[in-house]
Amino acid sequence: MEIVDIVPPILKNNVIVTKVDQLFKWAHGNSIWPLSSGLACCAIEMMSCAAARFDLSRFGYEVFRPCPRQADLLIVAGTLTWKMATPIIRLYEEMPEPKYVIAMGNCPIAGGPFADSYAVVPGIDKLLPVDVYIPGCPPRPEALIEGMLKLRQLIMHPELAEKGTEIEKKVADA
Amino acid sequence: MENLTVGAAAEWIRSVILLILGNELLTDVVMKFVGLGACIGVILTAAIVLTYAERKVCAFMQVRLGPNRVGGRFGLLQPIADMLKLMSKEDIIPDGCDRIVWALSPMLLFVPSALIYGLFPFDEGVVFADVNVGVFLLLAISSQSVLPFLMGGYASNSKYAFIGGMRTVAQMLSYEAPMVFSLLGVVMITGSMRMTDIVAAQAENVWFVLLQPIAFIIFIISATAETNRTPFDLVEDESEIVAGPFAEYSGMRWALFFLAEYANLLSISILTTTFFLGGWHGPFLPGVFWFWMKVLFMVFVFMWFRWTFPRTRIDQMLSFSWKVLLPLALVNMMFTGIGVYVWRSMM
Repeated sequence: MEIVDIVPPILKNNVIVTKVDQLFKWAHGNSIWPLSSGLACCAIEMMSCAAARFDLSRFGYEVFRPCPRQADLLIVAGTLTWKMATPIIRLYEEMPEPKYVIAMGNCPIAGGPFADSYAVVPGIDKLLPVDVYIPGCPPRPEALIEGMLKLRQLIMHPELAEKGTEIEKKVADA
Repeated sequence: MENLTVGAAAEWIRSVILLILGNELLTDVVMKFVGLGACIGVILTAAIVLTYAERKVCAFMQVRLGPNRVGGRFGLLQPIADMLKLMSKEDIIPDGCDRIVWALSPMLLFVPSALIYGLFPFDEGVVFADVNVGVFLLLAISSQSVLPFLMGGYASNSKYAFIGGMRTVAQMLSYEAPMVFSLLGVVMITGSMRMTDIVAAQAENVWFVLLQPIAFIIFIISATAETNRTPFDLVEDESEIVAGPFAEYSGMRWALFFLAEYANLLSISILTTTFFLGGWHGPFLPGVFWFWMKVLFMVFVFMWFRWTFPRTRIDQMLSFSWKVLLPLALVNMMFTGIGVYVWRSMM
């Protein structure tokens, strides 16, 4: 139930009801500061994202923080080995809520070409809650920007991600 | 000269308050609070405007566009979004930290950065406290900002934060000395430590940047180091010690460090303008316009440094201060003394 429905009708004409959530969602969606952590070749694409040709800063996402305490987004860019898994999980847990994870490239999604290796994590969603998957080997910088914009959409409209929501029903009906 | 901008506004506010209260003494007390509010307003506005400016200047230096999506073509709402996000982030208090010292550190850091704004002459007669030991008080207050860094670094219970805190002390103490000696030349020429006297002396003769070019360069370099900006940002050295003393701070607590950093950036620009670039003086336009034009130019210069110079190493930085800047400042002071003596005996 929306909060607007609780307001008695006599007040509806005199009081403007809004949601502070809306404001914070807008702020979170437009100011995603990634943790500067790269694991393999995808990190090179991530770096070029912030440089002149692709310019991640247009969206305000170029503030790569070195410290997990001030970051909002963990971009798992590259092959994650089981040995590196512990530090990555620790970094994720050091980040303050609300925090998001992007799996960038085929390796974090499902192990990529190393899927059968004993040393590689076959998909980081076994360890971390992933919000956006970006396929590619490696994905181009445009793909990463698109992925971050999808993340913004997810933050600003969290109902899009929920299964069985009204939107999905509407789509099914149509 | 009649002050037609800020001074007139202050007079108008004073007359309104006097009309309401009807008591001269009470009005003066209220006017002090108005002045305090104006100083705080300048700092908070500066923090928001300068974060945006920093990103745009950085983009300009690197042939990028910078923020241009959030809030219209120019991305004007970007700092607002960042601020709201930092406010609503989780507040993490690390395990095993010294709770009280840890919580006090960001607040205490903001105090000296805000306090020195009371001494700045923004325009003719627009100064909160025009004390006769202005320069001395200013340097005394600004050197207090060393301690909160050490407190934060020590209390975080993290090795990187502790190293960062120790580095801050080493860096800020060693650059304090050349900065003070470079300012002494200006004080010797003026013969006064009052900030308004220093500005007035430059209006009568020439800007001190022409009389004291070496002191100007020494001051700019050590001021960059005092505010912990690149090429001397060894305090929050990302590639070595994660984020230095701020490593364990999240959300709003970290934002306070950020606020103090930009308040410091603005205050060193104001100091450079006041000591070397003639303060509010300039032809045609009112003083407050000249003042802010010079200050914003200096802010641009400091941002220019940040995005063009690579970071130095800690040993290079310390030996540069003690072996180059300090002797140079002392020699400059000696020659200034001789020059002032000769000038006075000729007069």
